Amino acid sequence: MDFLLQIDWFQILTSLAKTVFLLGIVLTLVSYTVYAERRVSALMQDRYGPNRTGFPTTLLGTKKDFSPFLGGLGQPIADALKLMLKEDFTPSYVNKFYYWIAPGLGIAAVIVGLAVIPFGSSIAGVPLVIANVDIGPLFIFAISSLGVYGIVLAGWSANSKYPFLGSIRSTSQMISYELSLGLSVIPIFLILGTLNLTQIIQNQVANGWMLIPGITAAKPHFPSPDQFLLWIPIFISFIIFTVAMFAETNRLPFDLPEAETELVGGYHTEYSSMKFALFFLGEYAAMILGSALIVVLFLGGWSIPFLPDGTAPGVPGIIAGLISVGVFFAKVAALLIFFIFIRWTLPRFRYDQLMTLGWIWFFEIALVNIFITAGILAYLSSR
Amino acid sequence: MAYTVPRPKLTFAEKIYLPTVLAGLKITLGHLVKMLRGKTHVALQYPEEKWDANLPAHYRGAPTLVSDEHGRTRCVACQLCEFICPPRAIRIKPGEIPAENKFAKVEKFPAEFEIDMIRCIYCGMCEEVCPEQAIFLRKDYAIVGTSRSEMVHNKAKLIELGGVMTGLVHKWNEKK
Repeated sequence: MDFLLQIDWFQILTSLAKTVFLLGIVLTLVSYTVYAERRVSALMQDRYGPNRTGFPTTLLGTKKDFSPFLGGLGQPIADALKLMLKEDFTPSYVNKFYYWIAPGLGIAAVIVGLAVIPFGSSIAGVPLVIANVDIGPLFIFAISSLGVYGIVLAGWSANSKYPFLGSIRSTSQMISYELSLGLSVIPIFLILGTLNLTQIIQNQVANGWMLIPGITAAKPHFPSPDQFLLWIPIFISFIIFTVAMFAETNRLPFDLPEAETELVGGYHTEYSSMKFALFFLGEYAAMILGSALIVVLFLGGWSIPFLPDGTAPGVPGIIAGLISVGVFFAKVAALLIFFIFIRWTLPRFRYDQLMTLGWIWFFEIALVNIFITAGILAYLSSR
Repeated sequence: MAYTVPRPKLTFAEKIYLPTVLAGLKITLGHLVKMLRGKTHVALQYPEEKWDANLPAHYRGAPTLVSDEHGRTRCVACQLCEFICPPRAIRIKPGEIPAENKFAKVEKFPAEFEIDMIRCIYCGMCEEVCPEQAIFLRKDYAIVGTSRSEMVHNKAKLIELGGVMTGLVHKWNEKK
């Protein structure tokens, strides 16, 4: 119990700094994911999307608003301002207590989950992970399944039909997909023999990414036959994990909890203003958490070939650390764009199809996949 | 009698669904790329690009009062449009045409004619009911104002928007 009595100011201050840094990045990423979603969906449907709102530099005395790239990059700021200024309306028939805590629960679960994600190598000797726990993925699964309470309470306390249907759907969807989500990544832990996300990344830095073996930090090379053999179960688990992540984050094609065309707005039908924005924020933050987990487990985290990974000689530690953060979030952003592409490409699954997929296919495939991996590992170690 | 819905026979690739996801992505990404390269032109960038030139002849824009070839407002203040107007947007105050006027036989004219464009629903009933073919829905659709009173079109504004329409009915001509 010594650590409770001594105050380690360095630890406290660096943790605070990392928390603020990560939260800042994630919230910015959330708002620009919303922008990307609107823009990409528009472009896919032959529309333009939000392309007007620039940064209002005219307020500072310039001639024109600053509106780079495709335009509309000021839209997230305008959206946030709008949501804060909107009337926060609480219907008279809701269960006030649960109605008020539900949005907070929804987003808190996701943000707590971010704590164990290693989002970079290290800066000046400080590892870029807020809590370097040895049960990273378990922690995330445990916390993110608490996120369903936000949705369930929202649907139940709103005391109206559509939110209730949405929350019930969410519950059963969550149960059927958490199973395959948890089981699908067990092969990774079998192969690497660790549950610590930082160690998982360091393994991939040394031995190549899980999904693309051969991409090591030092020098990409052609993967060995052993790696090819192990790649098969990893690929299966990647597919299952990604699809389950779509279901877990309530994204199309599994967005049954909020199916706009069936349930008005789903579980957040009765919410307005900032409470609705919190759900929205939570949903996108969950997407980011999911993508971050996929990046950490399958795509090598912050490692990239030919670029310093924090330990390379000749590069100052701070710059290398910042590059690794950039690489990590670039991978996350690429996955987010993929999420968006999928959303605007596929139609929604029917409810029974979703259940069949979850219980009859993915659950079994994930289970069998574990045995395949174990078999391959036993074969490799017996040689 | 029971009718069995014919289900399509799915190939293996369609059954495992993932290849069809890729096929779908190919379509949507094709649209995305075409948009980025400026090859598609379906949506209009509204204030800069307008469809005004392509509006059909029967387009129902703002209701207006038209004048005939003699410069006379065709309206005879019969108040049928005021009566038929579903949202009651029209207010007419009839006036009498003095005896020395060339059109004295018309007897009445609208001293005031107001259409509240906040209330107007662009249904075109006024145009349909008008026995004089005096009120027409023209192609103006962007009716804006900064106050409620600005949104009420008075007679002068309505005549200005309506313009001249010739060769419709001639029952008030001198020779008749």
